[in-house]
Amino acid sequence: MIIELGHFALILALAMSCCLAVLPGFGVSLGRPALMRTGGSLAAGMFVFTLVSFVCLAQGFIGDDFSVAYVARNSNSALPVYYKISAVWGAHEGSFLLWCLVMSSWTLAVAMFSQQLTDDMRARVLAVLGSVSIGFYLFLIFTSNPFDRTLPFFPSEGADLNPLLQDFGLIVHPPLLYIGYVGLSVPFAFAIASLSSGQLDAAWARWSRPWTNVAWAFLTLGITLGSWWAYYELGWGGWWFWDAVENASFMPWLIATALVHSLAATEKRGVFRSWTVLLAIFAFSFSLLGAFLVRSGVLTSVHAFAVDPERGVFILWYLIIVIGGSLLLYGIRAGQMSVNVGFGWLSRESFILANNLILTVSAITVLLGTIYPLIYEWFSSGQKISVGPPYFNMVFVPLMLPLIALMALSSFSRWRRTATEVLFGRQPIRLLISGLVCLIFCLLTSTWNLWFQVVSLISIWLIVNLLADARYRQGGRGFAGFLKQTPSYYGMWLGHIGIAVSALGIVTTVVMSEELDLLMSPGDKTQIAGYDLRFEGVERVNGPNYSADRGIIAVSRQGRLIEMLYPEKRLYSASQSVMTEADISVSFWRDVYVALGEPIGNQAWSVRVHVKPLVRWIWLGGILIAIGGFTTILDKRYRRLKMARQLQSRAETSVQASLA
Amino acid sequence: MKFGMMKTHRRNQLLLIVVLIVGAGATLALVMQALTENINLFYSPAQVVAGEAPTNQRIRAGGMVVVGSIQRAVDSLQVSFLVGDLQSAQFPVLYDGILPDLFREGQGVIAGGSLDESGVLIADEILAKHDENYMPPEVAQIMASQQEKTPP
Repeated sequence: MIIELGHFALILALAMSCCLAVLPGFGVSLGRPALMRTGGSLAAGMFVFTLVSFVCLAQGFIGDDFSVAYVARNSNSALPVYYKISAVWGAHEGSFLLWCLVMSSWTLAVAMFSQQLTDDMRARVLAVLGSVSIGFYLFLIFTSNPFDRTLPFFPSEGADLNPLLQDFGLIVHPPLLYIGYVGLSVPFAFAIASLSSGQLDAAWARWSRPWTNVAWAFLTLGITLGSWWAYYELGWGGWWFWDAVENASFMPWLIATALVHSLAATEKRGVFRSWTVLLAIFAFSFSLLGAFLVRSGVLTSVHAFAVDPERGVFILWYLIIVIGGSLLLYGIRAGQMSVNVGFGWLSRESFILANNLILTVSAITVLLGTIYPLIYEWFSSGQKISVGPPYFNMVFVPLMLPLIALMALSSFSRWRRTATEVLFGRQPIRLLISGLVCLIFCLLTSTWNLWFQVVSLISIWLIVNLLADARYRQGGRGFAGFLKQTPSYYGMWLGHIGIAVSALGIVTTVVMSEELDLLMSPGDKTQIAGYDLRFEGVERVNGPNYSADRGIIAVSRQGRLIEMLYPEKRLYSASQSVMTEADISVSFWRDVYVALGEPIGNQAWSVRVHVKPLVRWIWLGGILIAIGGFTTILDKRYRRLKMARQLQSRAETSVQASLA
Repeated sequence: MKFGMMKTHRRNQLLLIVVLIVGAGATLALVMQALTENINLFYSPAQVVAGEAPTNQRIRAGGMVVVGSIQRAVDSLQVSFLVGDLQSAQFPVLYDGILPDLFREGQGVIAGGSLDESGVLIADEILAKHDENYMPPEVAQIMASQQEKTPP
C-alpha cells in the first residue's frame, strides 16, 4: 500500500512539473501576474510529492518489503538499518529518484530565495526548471520505476546491497554529487530565462552567481568524497582511475569551474556575456551527458549501472532536445548580446579568459578520451579498444601546469588593466622563495624527479603569491587589509590555496609512493619506506551480515610501534560476495595502507602495502576549494542590491515593452 | 585617446588569435600523440588463438576464466589461468600480483598486458567487475554472438 502511495505521489510530482513548465510561462505571455506567481506553489508541490515518494521507498527498504523488485535486488533483512536507508540510492532506479528529489529541492530553493527577481523572470526560471524536471520524472516512471512489484511470487529474502556500497562513503557521496550535478540546472535555467526574455544585461550573472557557486562547491565535495571512497574501499589504494564514470563527474566540474570565473567577469565588468551563457548551457549539458554515460551502459566502467538500452535511448533523446533546444535559442538570441567593453591584456579579464580557454579545452580532451572507444568502434566496424589512464595524464597535466601558473600571476591582477610593475615587480623574489622551499623539500626527501620539481615549484609559487597578496591587500602591511576583505575574496583565496594543496598532494603521492605486493606468513616482517610491518596472523570475526578474516599487522618505525592495522577480507552471506576492506594508518604527512589479498595456503596471505606521502592533501585541497565556493555566497551584495536591481530591471522591461 | 583604445583592442585580438592557434595546435598534437600511444585494442579468445592479436604490444583480452585452470605458485604471488569462450578457444594468462575480489572460475574477466611469442598473455592488470551480475560488455558480446551461432 505504501509502495503504491509512493508510486502515485511520483505521478503527481510529474503532473506538478508539467504545470510548472506551462502555467507560469502562460502567465508571462498573457501578462497575468497571478498566473506567473503559481510557480512558487507548484515548485513546493513538486518537492512535497517527490519527498513523499522517496520516503515511501525508504519505508519499503526499512520494512523489508521484498515484493518490490528494487528492494529485493538491493536489500536484505540482515542489513543494518542505516544501510537500508542508503540502499535507496544504491542502484539505478532509487538513485534516480534521489536525483529527482534533489532536482525538486533546487527548484523549491529557487522559488523561495529568488524574491529579488521580477515576477516575470522568476516565472521564466521556474518554468525552465519545471520543463527539465518533466524529462527526469518521465524517465523515472517509464523506464526505471523503483516501485515495480513482483507479485504474486516474490522472494522471501532480498539479494542484499552490493557490499562495496555498504559503507559510509556511499551514504554521503551520491547525495552530494547529485546536489552538484543537478544544481547546475539552476544557472542553466537562469541563462535560458534570460535568453528567452531578451534581458541579457549583467543582472542575470549576479542572480546566478551564488547558485552556481553553491552547486559547484557541492560538485567539488562530491568528487572529492568519491575519490576518497575509491581510495579506501574500492581501489587498492588508487584515488583516481580516469574511469568513464569519474570523467562523467569531472567534465561538468571543469566547465562549471570555468563558469564560476566567467560569471564573475560578466557580473563585474559586463564582458564575455554570450560566452558565459554558453558555458551555463554546457555545464548542465555535461552533467546530463554524465548521467547518460553512467546509466546507458555504452561505456565500460567499474561502476556502470545495469545495462538497459531503452534507458540509453531515452536519455539520448532528452539530451538532444535539451542541448539542441537551448543552443537553438542561443543561436537566435546571442547576437543581441554584443557589448563593447574593452580591457587591457594584463587585466583580470584576460586571466579569466585564459582560465576559461584552458578549462574548456581540458574538458574537451577528457571527453574525447572518454568517448574515443565509441568513436573508434564506429569507424573500425566493431574493433573494441580502451583508452588507458596514460592518455589522460599525458594530456591533462600539461594543460593544468599553465593554469596553476596563471593562477599564481593572477593574484595581483586588477580589472580593466594592471600595471606591469604590480604584476611582475616582485615575482623574481617570490620565485626565488618558492624555489628555495622546493629545494629544501627535495633535499629533505632526496627526491630528484623532474615532475615533482616542476609541479611543486608552481604550486608553492601560487601559495607564496596568495600569501603576499593577503599581506599587501589595500596597501596595508601585516595582514590588516586581509581581514577587511569581502567573502568573495576569501572564497577565491581559499579555492586557489585548495588547488595548490591538492596539486602538491597529487604530485607527492604519485612520485613518492611506495607499493609492495607480497606473500606473508604469520611472523613475517617486511620493510617499506622506513616502516617495519609485522604480520601477526589472521583471525575470524563476524559482522552483522558478513563473516571476515581479519589480518593483524603491526606498523612500527625505528622500533617504535605506531599503529596496529586490521585489514579484512569479508564474505557477505546473502550475496556470497567477497570484499576487501583495507585498513589505513592515517596522518597529515603520510598514509600506511594495508589490504589483504587471498589466502595462499599454510596460513600465508597475499598482502598489499602502500606508503603514500601527502595523500590526504588531495582531499584536503578539495575540501578547501568547496569551502571557498560556499564562502562566496555570504557576500552581502547579493542581498543589498536586490531592490535596486528589481527597480532597474522593471524599468528596462517597460522600456522594452514600449519599444515593441 | 580613442585611437589608442582601438589599437589596444586590435592588439588584444591579434594576440588572442595567435595564442589560440598555437594553443589549439599544441593541444591537438598532444592529444593525437597521446591517443595513438595509449589505446589498447581488445581481443576475444578466438582472435588470440587465431594469432590475430599482436605480440609484445599492450592489448586487452577477455573471456571466461576456465574452470579448474587456476594455478598458483607456492612461494610468490604468481598465478596462471586459462581464459576461454563458450567454444574451445582458450589462451593462458600469467599474472604476478593480487587478483580482484570478483575474480572467480567461470566468471567474466578482462586481462591487460602483452602477448609473448608462445602466446601467453603476461598481464599487468586483471579486471573483474564489482557487481557479480555485471558482465564486461566486451565479454558479454562474445558470449552472445556464440550463443546465436550454436544451436541449443
